[in-house]
Amino acid sequence: MAPVKNRLFQRPDRPAELLISGAHVLDPRADLDEPRDVLLRGGRIAELGSPGSLGAAENSETIDAAGKHLLPGFVDPHVHLRTPGQEHKEDLDTGTAAAAAGGFCAVIAMPNSDPVLDDAAVLRSLTEAASRQARVPVGFLAAITKNLKGHELTEMAELRDAGALGFTDDGRPVVSAGTLRKALQYQRLCGGVIALHEEDPDLSRDGAMHEGAVSARLGIAGIPSLAESTMVARDAALALYEDARVHFQHLSCAESVESLQQAKRVGARVSAEVCPHHLTLSDEEVRTLDSRFKMNPPLRAESDRRALVAALRIGLIDCVATDHAPHASHEKEVPFEEAPMGTTGLETAFAALHTELVLSGELDLATLAQRMTEGAVLYGLPIPTIAIGQSANLCLVDLRARFEVGADGYASRSANCCFHGRMLQGKVLLTVAAGTVAFRTAMLAEALAIR
Amino acid sequence: MTGIGRHLLSIDDLDRASIERILDRAESFDEVSGREIKKVPALRGRTMVNLFYESSTRTSSSFELAAKRLSADVVSVRAQGSSVDKGESLKDTVQTLSAYDPAAIVIRSPHAGAAGLVAGWTPAAVINAGDGKHEHPTQALLDVFTLRRRLGSLDGACIWIVGDVLHSRVARSNILAFTRMGAAVTVCGPPTLIPREIEALGCEAATTLERLGEADVVYVLRMQQERMRDSFVPSLREYARRYQITPARLRPGQLLMHPGPVNRGVELSGEAIDSPQALIGAQVRAGVAVRMAVLYELLVGAPPLAAVA
Repeated sequence: MAPVKNRLFQRPDRPAELLISGAHVLDPRADLDEPRDVLLRGGRIAELGSPGSLGAAENSETIDAAGKHLLPGFVDPHVHLRTPGQEHKEDLDTGTAAAAAGGFCAVIAMPNSDPVLDDAAVLRSLTEAASRQARVPVGFLAAITKNLKGHELTEMAELRDAGALGFTDDGRPVVSAGTLRKALQYQRLCGGVIALHEEDPDLSRDGAMHEGAVSARLGIAGIPSLAESTMVARDAALALYEDARVHFQHLSCAESVESLQQAKRVGARVSAEVCPHHLTLSDEEVRTLDSRFKMNPPLRAESDRRALVAALRIGLIDCVATDHAPHASHEKEVPFEEAPMGTTGLETAFAALHTELVLSGELDLATLAQRMTEGAVLYGLPIPTIAIGQSANLCLVDLRARFEVGADGYASRSANCCFHGRMLQGKVLLTVAAGTVAFRTAMLAEALAIR
Repeated sequence: MTGIGRHLLSIDDLDRASIERILDRAESFDEVSGREIKKVPALRGRTMVNLFYESSTRTSSSFELAAKRLSADVVSVRAQGSSVDKGESLKDTVQTLSAYDPAAIVIRSPHAGAAGLVAGWTPAAVINAGDGKHEHPTQALLDVFTLRRRLGSLDGACIWIVGDVLHSRVARSNILAFTRMGAAVTVCGPPTLIPREIEALGCEAATTLERLGEADVVYVLRMQQERMRDSFVPSLREYARRYQITPARLRPGQLLMHPGPVNRGVELSGEAIDSPQALIGAQVRAGVAVRMAVLYELLVGAPPLAAVA
């Protein structure tokens, strides 16, 4: 079979014909930070003009977006769409609906499905399904090792030919340094980013939360930060030695940031992502013993949270990733130690980060917009940019709108969101992904004057 | 008015005045236990469910006895041989039992937070009889009761808690209860069995018995044999040589406590258990009166909810 060229898959839809009038357009990559009319024709950005200067074409819609913000669509390099095999948690349709509702114009799905995405037949069935069902473009990472067992490499070259964006054993670490080293060597043949879930299972053991004062109080076995940071340091050394391209997934602690900084300083080709929950919450939340706050890596100390925010601000950590990990209510409605790890995140990522970091002054909006799209750069995907001629990848947000998370339900099939019940500010109103309208809020008609 | 709330899930639910109120009530119920007819009609016609997902002798039997002495009907459900064996979830089990309209559910679970979850699923008052390694509040109350009787007050007392603190729910509830009652607490054990940052609970931590002489009370925890497999200590023999409490390691006048069941010859020598300094029997006897008091305060003596909030 001939190698695929395209590594993103979505269902065909009508190209957007739309005038977004008067929104404040913010795109640091295009050096845009001012009110603009944006005209979409045939799914592309056809014209940009000063507010009120552009008219809509016949039979196309105009959205009066004065007072709202138009940002490049977000790209999430880390989601669990739970298909095949766990469709009671999520599937391609509901998962990409959640992505679109959160302003994402592309997502990258992890391979820890059932069966595991570890051979080309599974990947081809997924890309075919995504081509029928996905509301926003989806890319797939394949497993590094067969069945995520950490022993034998998958047929990486064939998986790349079948469309894999890269490789990860996410959910599990590649414990064997020797096995990982072979994967890094083989990357020279097949390409593709190798993304790593960093955790030394001998140190994390049966831990269910961050090791610290809160775990001491609750009597819950802790996962020390160094379970992650020692593996980041080890694998950064391997990446440097093999000159391999390695991406560190969901970093959670200050020690990992230090290891990352050291690795970048000596020239290792490494990048890293961080999750909204690690940027906004700490292990203090776990005092409630609410299983919504159970994820892997765990919520860590406030000092770790601050270190992660600082690293994201300066670009040491390259991008935001949600690690959207849906679980059914009956799976999560059990005692904390019994509950599966993971929180949903696609629908709340922007609002949570806007509320907790931008409004608090820890991060500016332009930097946030850049970090929420940087995943595209890391994985070699089309970079959402608001410029004439580009395929339209946009989201329109109301930075003043406040809402209670979950009050109107979720687009995701699952409700295990760590921000559930919180008041957040900054609502996604409209998402255009690869030139098609993937989401518009039901409130759009009220929120915006549509002529 | 002091209230103890609708449930008893954690010592954190209780302030000092609430603890004293429960202990005062327990004193009056202890008098009932001395009568020939050991029964009062306070809970006649009401039902208590004992839901135990872990083995227990003294906690489950003393709760059962406490409820019966208050004239309540008691249903005891154990994980083995129940529909839990058939895969029924905790939530479904609790909702099924709630259909019998119990006034109280007493739950023991191997998992932290289980009692708190149950409280969200039932209209009954919920009493935590041990949740994982998290808390065992009625044990702490009966220990405070036992000590208060002996010392008059815990104010200014120095209490050492010795042994496997890492895996002990008793240690956590007792640190909170003892300090709340005015005592100073030091935990002591091998470094592998003292949780990192345990000092955040308001105690000191030590790894040798050198300063044990400071203690007015030596509270010894059960060394759990099953921990051996994970090599938390190299051997029980080495553990015993360093940490076993013997009459020689106690100074005269120090009181000795243990929540039971004891590993004779591991954390305590046989001579220590049988010494007049040991309050272990008094602790067990206090269990019934204190659990009667907790049931009474939750189900009869409870103020209106508004007063609690």
